[in-house]
Amino acid sequence: MRRVVVTGLGMVTPLGCGVEPTWRRLIAGESGVKAVSHFEVADLACKIAANVPRGDGSDGTYNPDQWMEPKEQRKVDEFIVYAMAAATQALDDAGWHPSSYEDQINTGVLIGSGIGGIEGIAESSLLLKERGPRRISPFFIPGRLINLAGGYVSITHGLKGPNHAVVTACSTGAHAIGDAGRLIALGDADVMVAGGTESTVNRLALAGFAACKALCTAFNDDPTRASRPYDKDRDGFVMGEGAGVVVLEELEHAKARGAHIYAELVGYGLSGDAFHITAPSPDGDGAFRCMQAALKRAGLTAGDIDYINAHGTSTMADEIELKAVERLLGNAAATTSMSSTKSSIGHLLGAAGAVEAIFSVLAIRDQIAPATLNLDNPSVEPPIDLVPLKAKHRKIDAVLSNSFGFGGTNASLIFQRFDA
Amino acid sequence: MSDIAERVKKIVAEHLGVEPEKVTESASFIDDLGADSLDTVELVMAFEEAFNCEIPDDAAETILTVGDAIKFLEKNAA
Repeated sequence: MRRVVVTGLGMVTPLGCGVEPTWRRLIAGESGVKAVSHFEVADLACKIAANVPRGDGSDGTYNPDQWMEPKEQRKVDEFIVYAMAAATQALDDAGWHPSSYEDQINTGVLIGSGIGGIEGIAESSLLLKERGPRRISPFFIPGRLINLAGGYVSITHGLKGPNHAVVTACSTGAHAIGDAGRLIALGDADVMVAGGTESTVNRLALAGFAACKALCTAFNDDPTRASRPYDKDRDGFVMGEGAGVVVLEELEHAKARGAHIYAELVGYGLSGDAFHITAPSPDGDGAFRCMQAALKRAGLTAGDIDYINAHGTSTMADEIELKAVERLLGNAAATTSMSSTKSSIGHLLGAAGAVEAIFSVLAIRDQIAPATLNLDNPSVEPPIDLVPLKAKHRKIDAVLSNSFGFGGTNASLIFQRFDA
Repeated sequence: MSDIAERVKKIVAEHLGVEPEKVTESASFIDDLGADSLDTVELVMAFEEAFNCEIPDDAAETILTVGDAIKFLEKNAA
C-alpha cells in the first residue's frame, strides 16, 4: 500500500484560530473554558463551555469574515465556517492549491461533523411553527447538512477528487483522517483534505447532553477547573467547538513537490463496542481492539508508542480507557506518557479527533507531551504517566490518538516521526 | 425613484452582497448580480417579508431583474 504523510495543518479551537496560537497556549497550560455568556443559561444544569474566541482575526482570534464572505456565512451554520477556516489554513500550510485538472481530480475532501447544523435546525423549526413553511429559507437544508462542510471546501478550492463525510459522533475527526488516509493508500486520491468540525454550543445541545448526564455541572463557578480527566473530582465533559483539518498526501507526491512533511500516518484502527448507546463497554474491550488494530496496521509494538493523546473526556469513561491502554501496553506503560488535551479545550465532539490528531503531530515535531490540566488527585494510580498539570519534554517518535463515540464507535490513529 | 424601488434595491444589495451602484433596474439577478437559483428564491422571500405580500411561484418565475421586482411590487404590495 502507498504511504501517507501529513503535509498541512489547520485549526480553530477554544484557544484560538490557527495552529500555532492554539498550540502555544495549550503547551503553556491555558484553558479555553469559560462561563457561557452569549445565551441564557440560568435554567441549564451546565453553564460553561469552551467557545472559540472571536475578534478581528489578530492575536489568534477567530474572525469569520477572513474565511467566508458574509453573504455566504448567512446561509450556513457555524460548523461550515469553522471547516472553511481550518481547511484553508491547512491547504496554505501545505502550499497545495491545485489549479490543473489533473491535480484537482487527485485531491479530495473528507470532513465530518458529529451533529452538524443543529442550531439552524432548531431555529428553522421554530420559524416553521410560528410563521409557516413559506418562511423557510432555500439555504436551510444545504446550510445544515454535515457533508456541506466538505462541499464548501471543495467548491471554494476546486478540489474534484473523492468527496466524502463521516458522522460517528465523537470519533468523527479520527475516522475522517483514517478513512482519508486509506483513500490515498489505495490510490483513489493523491491528496486528501481531512478532519472534523463542530459548533453546537447552544441551549438545545447543552440541554440534550445534560439530559444524558454527560456534562460537567459541579464547576459552573470555576470554569477553568471543570475539565479534569482522571481526577477524582471530575463529573462530566465540558462542551467545546471548533475544527481541525489536515492535508494528507501520498509520500512520493509530497517528496516530488518538496513539501514539508510533519509526520507519517502509519496506523488506523476501528472497532465497535456493541454495548450501549452512550456508555462504553466497562471492560474497555472496544477501545483495546481499536488500538490493537491500529498498532497492527502500523507494524509497531506497544513499546514503540511514546505518547498517547487520550480520548479522556473527564467522565466515568476515563478509567475504562485507562484500563484498556494498560492492557495494550503491558510493561511498556511505565515508559509511555498519556494526556487528555480536553482538559484545556473541552470536548470538541466531531472535531475532537481531528484537533487531537494535529496535537499528536505537533507533539512529534516539538518533542513535547501536552499536559492533563487539573489532574490534582488521580482517581486511580496508573502505571502510566498522565502528564499532570504541566507539558513535558520527552522523546516522541510515535503517537497514538484515541477517539470513542456514542453508539460504541471507536477509532485510533498512529502518527510516526518521518525521517527523510 | 419610488420608495418601493429604493427598498427593493437595498434588499437586493444586502442579500447578494453586491455594491449598491450595480443594482440598476435592468440588472438581472443571475446574469449580472451573481445570484444562483436558490438566491432568487430567498430574494423573493425577502420581498414578501419586507412588503408584507405573497408572491406566488408562477409570478416569482417572471421576476428576473431588479426592475421586474419593482414593477411587481408597485402593483401588488400592500
